[in-house]
Amino acid sequence: MSLLSPATESEAADMVRAARAARAPLEIRGGGTRAGLGRPVQAESVLSTRALAGIVFHEPAELVIRARAGTPMSEIEAALDAHNQFLPFEPMDHRAIYGAQGEPTIGAVAACNISGPRRIIGGAARDALIGVRFVNGLGAPIQSGGRVMKNVTGLDLVKLSAGAHGVLGLVTEVTFKLQPKPKSQRTLALRRLDDATAIAALTAGLGSPFSVTGAAHVPGGVTGLRLEGFPESLDYRGARLKALLAPQGEAVWMAEDEARSFWRDIRDVRPLAEPRDAALWRISVPPTRGPGVAAAIAAARDARWLYDWGGGLIWLATPDTGDAGAAIVRAATRAARGYATLTRAGEATRNSVAVFEPPSDAEMKLTAGIKASVDPDRILNPGRMHAGV
Amino acid sequence: MSGIAFPEPDASVIARRDDIVAGLAAILPAECLVTADDERRAYETDALTAYRRLPLAVALPRTTEEVSDVLRYCHEHGVNVVARGAGTSLSGGAIPQEDAIVLGLSKMTKILGIDYANRTMRVQAGVTNLGISAAVAADGYFYAPDPSSQLACTIGGNIGMNSGGPHCLKYGVTTNNILGVKMALIDGTVVEFGGPALDAPGLDLLGLTIGSEGQLGVVTEATVRLLRMAEGARPVLFGFPSSEAAGACVAAVIGAGIIPVAIEFMDKPAIEICEAFAKAGYPLDVEALLIIEVEGSDEEMDAELGRIVEIAKRHGVTTVRESKSATETALIWKGRKSAFGATGRIADYICMDGTVPTGQLPFVLKGTAEIVARYGLRVANVFHAGDGNMHPLILYNCNDPIEQDKAERAGEDILKLCVKAGGCLTGEHGVGIEKRELMLHQFSQADLDQQMRIRAAFDPAWRLNPAKVFPLENRIAA
Repeated sequence: MSLLSPATESEAADMVRAARAARAPLEIRGGGTRAGLGRPVQAESVLSTRALAGIVFHEPAELVIRARAGTPMSEIEAALDAHNQFLPFEPMDHRAIYGAQGEPTIGAVAACNISGPRRIIGGAARDALIGVRFVNGLGAPIQSGGRVMKNVTGLDLVKLSAGAHGVLGLVTEVTFKLQPKPKSQRTLALRRLDDATAIAALTAGLGSPFSVTGAAHVPGGVTGLRLEGFPESLDYRGARLKALLAPQGEAVWMAEDEARSFWRDIRDVRPLAEPRDAALWRISVPPTRGPGVAAAIAAARDARWLYDWGGGLIWLATPDTGDAGAAIVRAATRAARGYATLTRAGEATRNSVAVFEPPSDAEMKLTAGIKASVDPDRILNPGRMHAGV
Repeated sequence: MSGIAFPEPDASVIARRDDIVAGLAAILPAECLVTADDERRAYETDALTAYRRLPLAVALPRTTEEVSDVLRYCHEHGVNVVARGAGTSLSGGAIPQEDAIVLGLSKMTKILGIDYANRTMRVQAGVTNLGISAAVAADGYFYAPDPSSQLACTIGGNIGMNSGGPHCLKYGVTTNNILGVKMALIDGTVVEFGGPALDAPGLDLLGLTIGSEGQLGVVTEATVRLLRMAEGARPVLFGFPSSEAAGACVAAVIGAGIIPVAIEFMDKPAIEICEAFAKAGYPLDVEALLIIEVEGSDEEMDAELGRIVEIAKRHGVTTVRESKSATETALIWKGRKSAFGATGRIADYICMDGTVPTGQLPFVLKGTAEIVARYGLRVANVFHAGDGNMHPLILYNCNDPIEQDKAERAGEDILKLCVKAGGCLTGEHGVGIEKRELMLHQFSQADLDQQMRIRAAFDPAWRLNPAKVFPLENRIAA
């Protein structure tokens, strides 16, 4: 398998045109740290964004950054840190769960719509993404959105690109809106709650006016609620929140170091990272349905799990045997009107089990129609999301 | 008199009007079908009132199934469809054509479910924006996007245009606050994108639908995200001796890491118009006014305001006035939100909606003044400064065709200036018919071709709101 590494968007466009002429599909790769995400792609060559890198501009006063797709996240974070700003959706780092080396890139964060615990208040990556450039399957550079926060000009191909896992185009440049970093953050912890009580505590916190920015529960461990803002404001809100949580238990402030590693572990799903040969499901449901869904799966299968997003996001590990629990997981998830993604499993499993929630017939027809309108010869990441697309 | 072109209506469709009305009458009861000339006339325009076209008929279905049946009929019989919420579009998004029917959602006003624990609410598309917040206000919740027309405009229309409003600075626009939609496609198929859980995997068809201006399907239901109200909210008026000083203060507040709930800007003409209407106590001795709203507990608001006042002083603020009561707060927002209506009392106007990078605000304000002066017209500016979404109101007399033409040309020049400054043609009103022919100033033909090919995956025959968004030349079907 050959490796293509364009340094400019026009070089990338030439490579896509050449691949199309040769009917030789391309697998798109950023830092390679999320290569296990999605269905395996049958491609002739890998097209890497490694050389398509660099921050184009960062305008602190406008709260906006534009960077080429291959820019490492570490470079983005350093630039934002210098101005006390951050990406408000707290993107997950997948290296822990995949045991991957390398540097995650900003392009993959956009293309895979990667968010973390702050998603509940700061929106997802797709919400902060305000502009995108991509090369479609015809080799044409396309732009959508721009650098301003409010923009309803034309169809929103920015949203469509976010989470499309490269099947609709090679994302070459992304523009994100930013937020000022909170002056301080503190976390209230309750310990040794059962799932139902823990989710009740998180629900109470999220339904309060105190702007909870993280709400997670590790069964058998900590139930955490994070507050951010000016220190005097945190004292006030924390006291009010403690009183509100009293029916579920005594909430105490976590030590700062402990809190930081708690949220990093939740973000990166470290409690379930090992063993790496277990399958890992990412299940999104209405938050109060979380404990019921986890219990239903656990009744039928060996499973361990944790909750983020106030119970609305369940990360669930189960042996990668048979269908990796797909039938059980999807039945329980659908009954709760949610979605399940097989985030980690062996290649054979990901070839035989749908990784993403199987679309309805009508949705599949639209998905295939959009793919055909963007990449008629299925050159870009064919089959990454759904077989045949 | 009109400067905006409409496609030539299809005479063969108009000739079949009686058959089409009969076909719709077989689907809908008589009270859901508007056919009389004088009654149809109520649907010939929206808030872009200089343009009007009488539709073939108006269908007012009550359920998703009826919407689906009407669309299937139109698909099978080659009839164009223009969806309509409350008809408050400023860009002509709901203006029909002589060979199209209007599909109005005004009878679909049911609230289908409120789930406080999961902070979501399911509504039919004809529920008004304010109706959503009003239904949950007593329990301390609200729906965040708050366009000025929120008393009348529907959630279906908001989804079509991806509407914004002053409070979007903190809480995001429509697309950030909708979790799911139910939508009927042109062939009658009913699809659901998203739902009560966050971030459905697969292509983001929900994100594509929001802001698609009724071109991909007709949204019949939505699941919206509810937010818990802050403990308190307080708007504060900041008066400045110049627009430039006010603009620089906005940039400095945001640059200092403070994101208030809203930062609204008014220039002197806008202040006078709004004060005369709302008697909100706006200072009349300043050139520019910022309404900055903060929220939280009293102590939190005091602390945040202290920081903002300090910055404003560095930018020469001459008046600082805090709201002292709920009544005063309501008046301050009433003045701002009735800016368009109040302006309409003194003159006809067209309202532009370009967004620019906030650092470019002083430059674009100056350029706007120069452009409007060049055409010999007047302008009032009232807009969302925190996110750079400008709303110059160009005043003119609609009974004077020459003046209307000048106003439209001035508007075009302003939007081109916004794009040149790194912004876009429309921040929250949509392209509609109004800005359709300007699209090539912001996009390349390849960009538009790609959008049109995606559009065609939903509506290959271009039946849905066909005269909108894309320039009439060089259109691409399936």
